[in-house]
Amino acid sequence: MGADREFRVHRRALLAGGAVLPLAAPAIAQGAPIKVGVVAVLTGPQAALGTQLRDGWALGMRHLNNQLGGRAVETIVIDDELRPEVAVTKVRAALERDRVDFVVGVVFSNILQAIMRPVTEANTFLISTNAGPSTFAGRGCNPYFFTTSYNNDQVHSVMGQAAQDEGYRRVVLLTPNYQAGRDAFAGFKSRFQGQVLDEIFVPLTHTDFSAELARIASLRPDAIFTFMPGGLGVNLVRQYRQAGLANIPFLSTFTVDEATLPAQGEAALGFFAGANWAPNMPAENNQRFVRDMEAQFNYVPATYAMQSYDAAMLLNAAVRRVGGNLADKNALRAAIAAADFQSLRGAFRFGANQYPVQDFWLCRVARRPDGRFQTETVRRVLEASVDPWVGECRMPPRV
Amino acid sequence: MNTTLLLVQALNGLQFGILLFLIAAGLTLVFGVMDFINLAHGVQYMLGAYLAAYFAAITGSFWLALPLALLGALVIGLLLEFLVFRHLYDRDHLSQVLATFGVILFLNQGVKAVFGTAPLQVPVPDLLTGGVRVMDGLLYPTYRIAILAAGLATAGLLWFLVERTKAGMLVRAGASNAPMLSALGVDVKRLFMLVFGFGAMLAGFAGVMAAPILSVEPGMGDNFLILAFVVIVIGGIGSVRGAFVAALLVGLVETIGRGLMPDVMRLFLDPSAARQTGAALASMLVYIVMAAILAVRPAGLFPAGR
Repeated sequence: MGADREFRVHRRALLAGGAVLPLAAPAIAQGAPIKVGVVAVLTGPQAALGTQLRDGWALGMRHLNNQLGGRAVETIVIDDELRPEVAVTKVRAALERDRVDFVVGVVFSNILQAIMRPVTEANTFLISTNAGPSTFAGRGCNPYFFTTSYNNDQVHSVMGQAAQDEGYRRVVLLTPNYQAGRDAFAGFKSRFQGQVLDEIFVPLTHTDFSAELARIASLRPDAIFTFMPGGLGVNLVRQYRQAGLANIPFLSTFTVDEATLPAQGEAALGFFAGANWAPNMPAENNQRFVRDMEAQFNYVPATYAMQSYDAAMLLNAAVRRVGGNLADKNALRAAIAAADFQSLRGAFRFGANQYPVQDFWLCRVARRPDGRFQTETVRRVLEASVDPWVGECRMPPRV
Repeated sequence: MNTTLLLVQALNGLQFGILLFLIAAGLTLVFGVMDFINLAHGVQYMLGAYLAAYFAAITGSFWLALPLALLGALVIGLLLEFLVFRHLYDRDHLSQVLATFGVILFLNQGVKAVFGTAPLQVPVPDLLTGGVRVMDGLLYPTYRIAILAAGLATAGLLWFLVERTKAGMLVRAGASNAPMLSALGVDVKRLFMLVFGFGAMLAGFAGVMAAPILSVEPGMGDNFLILAFVVIVIGGIGSVRGAFVAALLVGLVETIGRGLMPDVMRLFLDPSAARQTGAALASMLVYIVMAAILAVRPAGLFPAGR
């Protein structure tokens, strides 16, 4: 792929050089590729999520003939290793040495928090394609920051609303003992009005859930709500099924998705998740996206890939809108904010804090006819949902 | 917390302890006999799980995958001994730690390159699906009972090998005085290699057994490694019997502690603070127990041959 891209750039440079040589220097600069830094975790236990994110962007570039708004693109992939200090060093290098025009990506909030200032203070647009912490949705909102994903609280509150709608009265909550886990509880409880029987915290490195499962069985809840990303979720889901608890509805966020389903398989069948998208959405562009992701990367895409693909389409529309001129930051910002593209998830626009206003769905794990597993939409839970922090955001009208 | 729940938690603790024992047994042999700190023991556990996943996918049978994975773990263990560890026996502990840590990084990236980054799964063998109803609404999976049985059988076999066979006698002799053993005409190099291969196979066996209940993913052995070191330090370095007792102790303390601590803390704190501090204290409990035991018995519960 690298060689392919280099060849393209080379050929363009040759053409530009041959045809435009007598013209002034700025015209040649205009022909230089747009540089995009894609930040994703590609090593460590959570690398599967970063791989999805990177591949979603790559497919977007392929569908756009490796161009944004008619200008060639050079993608620089940055592995943040899920270590904030590493992410900052590498992103600074991309900003100062490679002079990237956009920074895209980031799976985890702590990485986003680390690179936020270096990127935005360099007057460079940062498009998060997954992490959506409340800090940057409220008081910390920034004109150089957009996200194509969601605010974390929204996803958890979807499950709270779903539990409320289903009439569950007694619920047990289960999450790792760190900030995002506590946020998950808060988000869930913001819409759930029944009784929380117990809140169980486990270490982030937990593997054997037997003690927690025994406790859940002894409490006999109507449903459980959990947030167990990555390998944690694989262990929980399989052990939950093996312990015969599957008759207690399993409500979750970031626990059963296409990144973990290959390892969870049948054990996750019928389990619920809250999301802004699912691969079975019938829109024509979405079906093409899912089909091509599977053909090229041989896995079913998850939201990480979808949101990155959307970011490619978003930037394509924005660059086209400003006629390829990235120098006027105010015009470029307005063009991004217009979100003049067809999102794979359907209705999409940016709120005042530049976080998406979108629908959220209750999804359920299903087996497809070809034997692969994916989440599928059950019903729309929240319509055109605005995150709860937008009121605290004082967004400057111009940069 | 009622009695039934407490009993179920004790059972869970025992089963976790047995899994820990399978990992720690090999580690304590290698550390005790060869005075060699092998941080890469955790990745050998991971390799066992990956080999099980790989062979189970190819053959479609857990029962075929089990011997194949054990063989693979043995071969990889011997290969590592030959390529890396053999050259470190005479070095100090720091060099061993650095080199074996390098092996961890190398193998963690290696499985990622070969098997991809997404977690894998091994289906529970058909014979051992289902479970026993231990309390209302809770099944105790048959497979976990099988782990208990396999762990106890392994412990018995190890006891027999170490205490009742000639090879075991040499291993015990090596643990107390390797140079003397060598002077008596025993090929200590070969003995070390065998012990190492056997230890690697035990870790691999633990990985195979854990694969159907835990997710098979890069770095899955790193957390177990720390607990395994706690086990062999509590048990007394080089003592298989000590590792067995200590593994069960750590398993019970870890599991029951997690169940009980939030309730205990509720006596002093309001519920939401109690849950968080309880969970945090529960993860510390194992180390507190270790410190307490070492304060009374600095060489561990069953110091080997000294």
